[in-house]
Amino acid sequence: MAMLEIRDLHTYYGHIHALKGVSLDVEQGEIVTLIGSNGAGKSTTLKTISGLLQPREGTVRLGGDTISGRPAHRVAAMGVAQSPEGRRVFPRMTVLENLQLGAFVRGKPDPADLARVFDLFPRLKERATQKAGTMSGGEQQMLAIGRALMARPTLLLLDEPSMGLAPLLVETIFGVVRDINAQGTTVLLVEQNALMALAVAHRGYVIQTGQIVLADDAAKLRENEMVRKAYLGEE
Amino acid sequence: MDFNSQLFVQYLIIGIASGALISLIALGYTLVYGIVELINFAHGEVFMMGAFAALTLVAATGVTGDSSAGAIIGVIALALLGAMVFSALLNFGIDRIAYRRLRNAPRLAPLIAAIGFSFILQNIGIYWHGSNPITPPSIIPAEYRAYNILNEWFDLETRIRLRPLDLAVLAVTIPLLVGLTWFVYRTRTGKAMRATAQDREAAALMGIDVNRTIATAFLLGGALAGAAGMIALYYNNAARFQMGFRYGLFAFTAAVLGGIGNLAGSVIGGLCIGIVWAMSDGFMKEYVPAWGAQWTPAVIFGVLVLVMIFRPSGLLGEQTVDKV
Ligand SMILES: Nc1ncnc2c1ncn2[C@@H]1O[C@H](COP(=O)(O)OP(=O)(O)OP(=O)(O)O)[C@@H](O)[C@H]1O
Ligand SMILES: [Mg+2]
Repeated sequence: MAMLEIRDLHTYYGHIHALKGVSLDVEQGEIVTLIGSNGAGKSTTLKTISGLLQPREGTVRLGGDTISGRPAHRVAAMGVAQSPEGRRVFPRMTVLENLQLGAFVRGKPDPADLARVFDLFPRLKERATQKAGTMSGGEQQMLAIGRALMARPTLLLLDEPSMGLAPLLVETIFGVVRDINAQGTTVLLVEQNALMALAVAHRGYVIQTGQIVLADDAAKLRENEMVRKAYLGEE
Repeated sequence: MDFNSQLFVQYLIIGIASGALISLIALGYTLVYGIVELINFAHGEVFMMGAFAALTLVAATGVTGDSSAGAIIGVIALALLGAMVFSALLNFGIDRIAYRRLRNAPRLAPLIAAIGFSFILQNIGIYWHGSNPITPPSIIPAEYRAYNILNEWFDLETRIRLRPLDLAVLAVTIPLLVGLTWFVYRTRTGKAMRATAQDREAAALMGIDVNRTIATAFLLGGALAGAAGMIALYYNNAARFQMGFRYGLFAFTAAVLGGIGNLAGSVIGGLCIGIVWAMSDGFMKEYVPAWGAQWTPAVIFGVLVLVMIFRPSGLLGEQTVDKV
C-alpha cells in the first residue's frame, strides 16, 4: 500500500472542472514529481490533497486513512505539510514567527528543527527578526519551505519551490529537497522546471488539462519523446 | 472669554472615561474586521444586550446601595462577568448561525446579515426591557454619590470632580485591554488569530482550525462589548434598546480612526472620540452659546473625515504595529 493513494479525483471550481479523474501514488520515502504546463491542474491536485479544496468525486488516502473530506487543519495534523504556490508567508509576522507557526501542529517548535532550517537556509537566520512581507521573493520562498519543514512532516507537498529563484538558488533548493528526503521525508513535488524536477525525483507524472497522461520512472520520463518536446523544450 | 482650565480638565476626565468605554466596543469591531474583513453592524446591539443582561442580573439579586459592601462588590462582579459571558455567547452565536455560512459568499451578504441581526437584537431589547430608558437599581452607597476622590484622597482644594465611577471605568477597562493584548500576542490561540487574519488558507495549512479561531475573535469581541455594556449602564445611569446605535457608531468611527484591524489604534481612536465627545457635549457650550450636544456627531465625523483625508488607513493603520 502506497503512503499516498489518489484515486479518480474530480475537483471543481464552481462549474470549472479542473481535475478530471486524477490517480497517482506516492510510496513511503519517495520523491515524486508532478509536471505539466500552466493551468494543467498541478496546484489543484496539491490543494485537494491538503484539504483546501474538497473533491466532488474520488478519494485521497494517507497511510490507508481516507483524508479527502477532512478540513485542511486536520490533514496538516496528520503530518502533511505544504509549501503553497505563491509562498503565502504571513507578511506582517517575522521570519521567526512564521517558522514557529510552521510547527503549530507539533505544539511547541523544536529547537532542533529550527536549527536544521537555519542550517539549510542561513539567510533565514540572518533575517530572523525581519517582517516576512518585506523580504525578497526568493527569501520568502525559502521561508515557505522552511516553514513547511518545521512541522517535521511525513509527507511534504512542494508547489513550484524554484519559482522566481536565481539559478544558483534553484540548485540549493533541489539539494535541500534531496537532503530532507534522505532524512526520511516523502516528497510530492510540483514543478514547471521539469528538467530539475526529473533530475531529483524517483518517479514522475505528467498532467494535462486535469488528467494524468504519463507516469513513469523519472529517468524514463526524461527520455520520453513527448516530455522532451513539451516540457524540456528539446527537439 | 478666558480659557477655563478647571472645566477643561473636568471634561477631559469625562472624555477619557467615555473614551475607554468606546475603546472596548471599538476593539470588537477591529478584532472581527481584522480576521474576517466584516463590519459587524450588530456589534452595537451586542453591547446593548450586555447592558440589558447586567440590568436584569442586578435587579434579580435585589442588592441596593444600602446592602453590605460585600454584597455590592459581589453584584458588580456578577453583573460584569454575566454581561461579558452573555455578550460573548451572543456574538459567537451570530457568527455560528449566520456569518460562518456566508464566509465564502460575496461580501455584501454577511454585511446585510449583520444589519438584519442589529434589528433583530433591538427588537429583542424592546421585548426584554421595553422601549423607554431604564434607570438601573442604584447600587452605589449614598455616601459615595457625591464623593470626589480629588478632595477626599488627595486633599485638593478643587471643584474638579473625579468620581469613583470615573475611576471604576478605568479599573475595568485597563486590565481588559492589557489582557487582550497579552492574549493576542502571547498565547497560541492569539498567534493563530493573527495568522488567520493575515492569510486564512495558509493558516489552515499550518494546522490552525480557522473556524474555531474566528469564533474566538467573536467571543473576545463580544465579551469586551458586554463589559462595556455593564459600564455604560452605570456610567450613564440608564439603558435603552437604542443605546447600541450611537455607541456602536462612535466605536466604529474610533476603530476606523485608529486604523481598523489594529488593536492599539482602536484604543487611541476610542480615546480621541471620547474626548471630542465630552468637549463637544459640555465644554463648547461655555464659549458658544448656540452649541449643544446635537453637534457632537457632526464634530466626530468631521474629525474622521479629516483623518481619512490625510491618513486614509487611519492613525495607526498599516505602518508600525501589526494588524490583529
Ligand atoms: N480559484 C479558481 N477559480 C476558478 N478556476 C480556477 C481557480 N484556480 C484554478 N482554476 C483553474 O483550474 C485549472 C487548474 O489550475 P491550477 O492552478 O491547478 O493549474 P497549475 O497546473 O497549478 O498551473 P500553474 O503552473 O500555472 O501554477 C486552470 O484552468 C485554472 O484556470
Ligand atoms: Mg500552480
